[in-house]
Amino acid sequence: MDKTAASVAEAVAGIHDGATVMIGGFGGSGAPIELIHALIDRGPKNLTVINNNAGNGHVGIAAMIEQGLVAKMICSFPRSSDPVAFTEAYTAGRLELEVVPQGTLAERIRAAGAGIPAFYTATSYGTELAEGKPVEEFDGKPYVRERWLRADFALIKGHHGDPYGNLTYRMAGRNFNPVMAMAAETTIAQVSKIVAPGGIDPEHIVTPGIFVDTLVEVADPAQEEILIREGASYP
Amino acid sequence: MSALDDIKLTNAQIAWRAAQDIEDGAYVNLGIGFPEMVAQYTVEGREAIFHTENGVLGFGPAPAPGEEDWDLINAGKKAITLKPGAAFFHHADSFAMVRGGHLDVAILGAFQVAQTGDLANWSTGKGAIPAVGGAMDLVQSAKRLAVVTDHVTKKGEPKLMEACTMPLTGVRCVTRVYTSLAVVDIEGGHFVLREKLPAISFDDLQALTGAELKTGDSVGDLIVPQA
Repeated sequence: MDKTAASVAEAVAGIHDGATVMIGGFGGSGAPIELIHALIDRGPKNLTVINNNAGNGHVGIAAMIEQGLVAKMICSFPRSSDPVAFTEAYTAGRLELEVVPQGTLAERIRAAGAGIPAFYTATSYGTELAEGKPVEEFDGKPYVRERWLRADFALIKGHHGDPYGNLTYRMAGRNFNPVMAMAAETTIAQVSKIVAPGGIDPEHIVTPGIFVDTLVEVADPAQEEILIREGASYP
Repeated sequence: MSALDDIKLTNAQIAWRAAQDIEDGAYVNLGIGFPEMVAQYTVEGREAIFHTENGVLGFGPAPAPGEEDWDLINAGKKAITLKPGAAFFHHADSFAMVRGGHLDVAILGAFQVAQTGDLANWSTGKGAIPAVGGAMDLVQSAKRLAVVTDHVTKKGEPKLMEACTMPLTGVRCVTRVYTSLAVVDIEGGHFVLREKLPAISFDDLQALTGAELKTGDSVGDLIVPQA
């Protein structure tokens, strides 16, 4: 078995207009910048993008918004040090926004990956984010029902990978990547290094290859935070 | 209110007071911004383990400039360091720690706190772009939820209210409020004054509070080190 793609362009070639795309990362940490930029080169439209944030500066998800790829953002925190791309598109009415509490976002994604269509949580009870959602009491305390959140594709960033798609992550760059890998129909991972099967100690694998469809090596990947400090933009 | 400005505590002093109540061995989440200052005042001889939503337990202070690794950040997207014994985990596990009630204390900022324990701290509700982050998860599930805040707004309006007028982050969740003038517990749907600055009278403090301040057995002096 070999899930390796030759290039980032080949890795994202199947992503079509109207697709729902999960993108890993928390701010720039763990963000698959090279896959995102390859997707911008491909240029599908009317995408629904799921990420914790909504882009920063003029690279990554912010550049997707500026290039007109995104119709809807599902995120917990659409603010950043330079949120101009999202803010302009949202205020101009070009972009729909669904704000989800961060833990609910992670759990909706995890639930989808685990085949659980809905769950109850105390989070957001009594707030405007719970409006219209069923509430049920368990052991004397009210909980809000939340649905799973699935996607057609997930773009994620790992550290090391092998041809089976087994992945490790680097520090806090793990964040949403492992749960998104579980929740998408097709999961595409970029990693800094692809090693031979057996090259990752099975004790250290965080995402088992069953959750990964395609992986591509991007040695020395760009770090969003550094690109933003340099004032970079894409394309 | 210039007289008030002369006596009220600085944010650092409020953070110091909040830190005195963190027990040895506590797992703690600090909100982005002002609440993060609490970590600087951990009591000598006690160890607190700090949790950040993006998947780190046991992080330490910011690295020296130029030493940042941007894969190692906190929920405020600032570079951090690791203490010995730190751990990484993914977002669903991170929020299982929060939502499963494993955190001993969360300390957050506030726009408004109600005497019922309701908290408003995520949206002013005035047409701003909504952004909630992990606040709604933290407030419902930490074993103890404390708030650090100025006692009044910049315009001098009360932040401790009978009921919040801004969009709620959570209901009946706050248990203690550390303000620039006082330490107030929330018990049985009431504000109960525990400590106040010696320089302010009870009547003046009550006048700056939007709901009745009950007094327990005794009200202590709120005394903090000079900043």
